Amino acid sequence: MDFQTAVFFFLSAILVFAALRVITARNPVYAALHLMLAFFTTGGLWLMLQAEFLAIALIVVYVGAVMVLFLFVVMMLDINMDRIREGFWRYLPLGAVLGLVMVLEMGLVLGSKYFQVPLSEATVPAGVSNTKEIGALLVTDYVFPFELAAVILLVGMIAAVVLTFRGRKASKISNPNTQVFVKAKDRVRVLQMPVEKD
Amino acid sequence: MDALMNFGQGIFGGAWPAVWTLIKIVLIVAPLMLGVAYLTYFERKVIGFMQVRIGPNRVGPWGLIQPIADGLKLLLKEIIVPSGSSKGVFVIAPMLAIAPALAAWAVIPFTDTLVLANIDASLLYILAITSMGVYGVILSGWASNSKYAFLGAMRSAAQMVSYEIAMGFALITVLMIAGTLNFVDIVEGQNKGTFADMGLGFLSWNWLPLLPMFLVYLISGTAELNRAPFDIAEGESEIVAGFHVEYSGMAFALFFLAEYANMILVAALTSILFLGGWLSPVGFLPDGIWWMFAKMSFVLFLFLWFRATFPRYRYDLLMRLGWKVFLPLCFFWVIIVGAWMISPLNIWN
Repeated sequence: MDFQTAVFFFLSAILVFAALRVITARNPVYAALHLMLAFFTTGGLWLMLQAEFLAIALIVVYVGAVMVLFLFVVMMLDINMDRIREGFWRYLPLGAVLGLVMVLEMGLVLGSKYFQVPLSEATVPAGVSNTKEIGALLVTDYVFPFELAAVILLVGMIAAVVLTFRGRKASKISNPNTQVFVKAKDRVRVLQMPVEKD
Repeated sequence: MDALMNFGQGIFGGAWPAVWTLIKIVLIVAPLMLGVAYLTYFERKVIGFMQVRIGPNRVGPWGLIQPIADGLKLLLKEIIVPSGSSKGVFVIAPMLAIAPALAAWAVIPFTDTLVLANIDASLLYILAITSMGVYGVILSGWASNSKYAFLGAMRSAAQMVSYEIAMGFALITVLMIAGTLNFVDIVEGQNKGTFADMGLGFLSWNWLPLLPMFLVYLISGTAELNRAPFDIAEGESEIVAGFHVEYSGMAFALFFLAEYANMILVAALTSILFLGGWLSPVGFLPDGIWWMFAKMSFVLFLFLWFRATFPRYRYDLLMRLGWKVFLPLCFFWVIIVGAWMISPLNIWN
């Protein structure tokens, strides 16, 4: 077994373990932490496939931003694990069926001809930066899907704002703009008074 | 150098490249830790002088041994794990804080040849690694099982995520004009142009054409570091010390080391991206590593100066600055730079 294979098995073992802990951990914070570990090891696996841009993008986006917000929310929530574990056996058959369907779908996608690239084509020749290649493809061949994805994300963003917006409260919020530019003469009045003599 | 290589090859055989890399890592990390120790001394002295005090002056001549004494004190103190804390996470959190602070140094070039890993995607790597630093803060706050620590962690998470966006956009403008993610190439790209040909190199560095982005980067960098005036995550007068209030001894020291190592890192990044790295400011002086160190020291001095000058930002003003001022400014400036680059006035050919 050469060094690369050893690293691959090492990372895969961590990945499988972390993924298992995500769904078995009792504490949601631990589950989120293991999900982070899973992303990180996936990044490592992608690096071994010489997809350094994807690996780093995965870490920037998921570990660096998404999981931070995830942890943020999970830590604030008051989650009662007993309530969640209720009815585990009742929902198990339905869950198992759904899981099987998902495995089947993933198998169909991964088994399709798009993923059956011969090794000779899949290896990256030296001197080719796949960051540049992906960038060039995104703005030439895939420009419409790329723009479409951006629009869908924007719609999602606006939808999230609209769903959580409960109307303007009559709050006493202060406007920082006016606060920053406030002058002493707007707030303080100097009174001229004659000296009182006795 | 060749003799050293041959000698190492003779002793370690096939493992020599790994050993040689380890030696290089030690050669970066050891001076870095020493730099951190003396940065604290420098900070106390500089702020002392700015506030018309003397600063540390008891241990050694001019108080020069003070950081060593502080380090020893922290080493000998007991690490207290609060009851009711999440023990595993409590121990891991300081490690998660220091590991990214050190790992980021792998791609920082000190001169065009003096770099541990000269990879193509160095800028992306830095973005990925530094974005991990927030976990040490969040997890320490959560694991401590203390309200002050938790508040500090929440504030810090919100702040670091907000300013990371502005910082990322500032970096995007740099890589737009450099056309590369490689730090060495980014620095070399600043060495050409009208002013560089006239022998006034410092006018063709990125800080001048990208002045608004330079300021955005410097300010967001200060915010990312949780340094005053953006130190609401620690806020001594509000939440005692924020996320690391429950930590003592070496566990606390790791947070401290991470914060100062990150300060030096942001100083190095500012020097590389905007201040021309190891390039000499004028034509008649040679380029060299001393310029890099001089620029880093200057940026570090700026951080200390900020701390001695500005009062702490209020939380809502801080969020406003990040989202309502910097983010629109960055969007706007990315478009400006893009238009500038395709116009006939393009200076980055």
